[in-house]
Amino acid sequence: MYEIRIHGRGGQGAVLAGGILATALVLEGKFVVAVPSFGFERRGAPVASYLRFDEREIRQMTNIYHPDCVLCIDPTVARAVNVFEGIKDGAVLVQTTAKPLGEFQLPPQIAMVGLCDAVSIALDIFKRSITNTIMLGAFARTTGLVSLESLQAAIQESDFRDAGLKQNMAALERGYNATEVHQIVREAAA
Amino acid sequence: MSAILKPKSKLIVCDGNEAAAWAVSLANVDMVAVYPITPQSSLVEYLAKFIADGRLNAEIVDVEGEHSVLSVLQGACLAGARTYTASCGPGLAFMFEPYLRTPGMRLPLVMTIVTRDTLTPQSVWGGHQDAMSVREVGWVHMYCESVQEVLDTTIMAYKIAEHHDVMLPVNVNHDGNYLSFGAARCELPDQGEVSAFLGEKNVNWHVALDPQRPMAVDPLTGGAGGPGPSTFVRYRKGQCSGMQNSLKVITEVHEEWGRRFGRYHAPLVESYRMDGADYAIMTIGSMTGAAKDAVDEARARGDKVGLVKVKTYRPFPAQALAAALAEVNAVGVVDRSVSFGWNCGPLFQDTITAMYCAPKRIPAMSFIGGLAGADLTVGHFERVIRRTAELARDGRPAETVWLNEQD
Repeated sequence: MYEIRIHGRGGQGAVLAGGILATALVLEGKFVVAVPSFGFERRGAPVASYLRFDEREIRQMTNIYHPDCVLCIDPTVARAVNVFEGIKDGAVLVQTTAKPLGEFQLPPQIAMVGLCDAVSIALDIFKRSITNTIMLGAFARTTGLVSLESLQAAIQESDFRDAGLKQNMAALERGYNATEVHQIVREAAA
Repeated sequence: MSAILKPKSKLIVCDGNEAAAWAVSLANVDMVAVYPITPQSSLVEYLAKFIADGRLNAEIVDVEGEHSVLSVLQGACLAGARTYTASCGPGLAFMFEPYLRTPGMRLPLVMTIVTRDTLTPQSVWGGHQDAMSVREVGWVHMYCESVQEVLDTTIMAYKIAEHHDVMLPVNVNHDGNYLSFGAARCELPDQGEVSAFLGEKNVNWHVALDPQRPMAVDPLTGGAGGPGPSTFVRYRKGQCSGMQNSLKVITEVHEEWGRRFGRYHAPLVESYRMDGADYAIMTIGSMTGAAKDAVDEARARGDKVGLVKVKTYRPFPAQALAAALAEVNAVGVVDRSVSFGWNCGPLFQDTITAMYCAPKRIPAMSFIGGLAGADLTVGHFERVIRRTAELARDGRPAETVWLNEQD
């Protein structure tokens, strides 16, 4: 089983991103459960959404406390919440940012990082910082756990229509292509 | 993937609220009345969309409150319509007067309770307190574990409610938050096969608003000194019979569903890894998935624990439960709500009542968790399993355990 925690802010589509990713994974034959965290979500407030997938049926309908991957679709939400809480050893971080890798303080569990300047792409495509589909492209590029084609098919199946559909298809692909992937090599402890 | 599916069914990803709306659409419901309330709102929004898109040919009435929701549906049901609504928490409370009347009139309405903890303090999050507060007024109550079970059970509910030996309203309950907004892959059955399964509807053969056959509906039976009270007894006993009959009908309908669609859901109680179990934990609703994983882990360590899930909660499946627990030496019951009168969970209270009539009485303990949206994880169920193992050894139950108290 592989567990992903998506961090964002209200209005960026963290929950919808979970739904699209779930659909894409099901198209690839996986079993998926996606559970959003819930409260009185407000635009701009930190939100989280959880997704687990496996080759066999998943029974737990619970939140995720020890993710294999943290997908952060907002550049500053890490200031408000500890996005690394409970992460597993060898975890992956997929982060929207305009900063280079060297400016990140990464905990030792992180083994791979995908960086994507999704806000700039979003402002270009949507004229607003809606980063969810861009960061799904970044997730696919970084982890290889889902194909770009499946994500495209999932977006086709979603409620996006006309111009919105075109924009999100473009956003996905640009996110995929603009992502830099870094393997974090650490010296073994003496 | 398509090879595992029935020929005309389709695989979708949806949450429990959307699954319920799909089921209502597939059941060809004629009349829907709604008042949106968290966490039910998206369910009725999906329904409104299905009707607007022409997928479901039904009337939808967006009324001014839940009291009117159920009143509208009572009229529709008396006129012969298949009917649906969904509510929860404060909405369900506001619906209570017509809610009481519905089973007495023997109207086969189906309503989803997207369960929500009750006030107060303020809570918009999941918990079974709303549904548990209305458990004793004559509706059938079934609780779902998964998104797929929500879809399948909501369709089956019509066949159960409309069965001529039952003729009672049915609540299909799914957990607010974890099932209402939790999405999973889900098989959408074929419309033709669902229609064949449900058959012709005939919902007002016994009581009707029909100019061709005028009748007194919901009569005043009269007080002491005349035939009134004995007439009233016949109504009440009939209602109780309908409830008891539903146990058999629920079982038959689940079996037929399994035969037709290939998914066999346990109708009354589900026994999971109970073979050779020394003690058992009991669950209800969406918490069950994590509990089953905890049982698997405990079994792998050599702990002889099994699980019994209650699906049908009203009428209470006392015999089925006693049979499921016949071989174990202790039981730990996990509730997502509170019985204020007994300082324990309501499912626990029902369990010990059922076991009082069983040949073997076993020590039991009440665990309460998942209130107001709290998560019930594998770790919580590990605690329940450990404590119940202790109970099986020493036979000494402790006070109710509140699972999320230290979270």
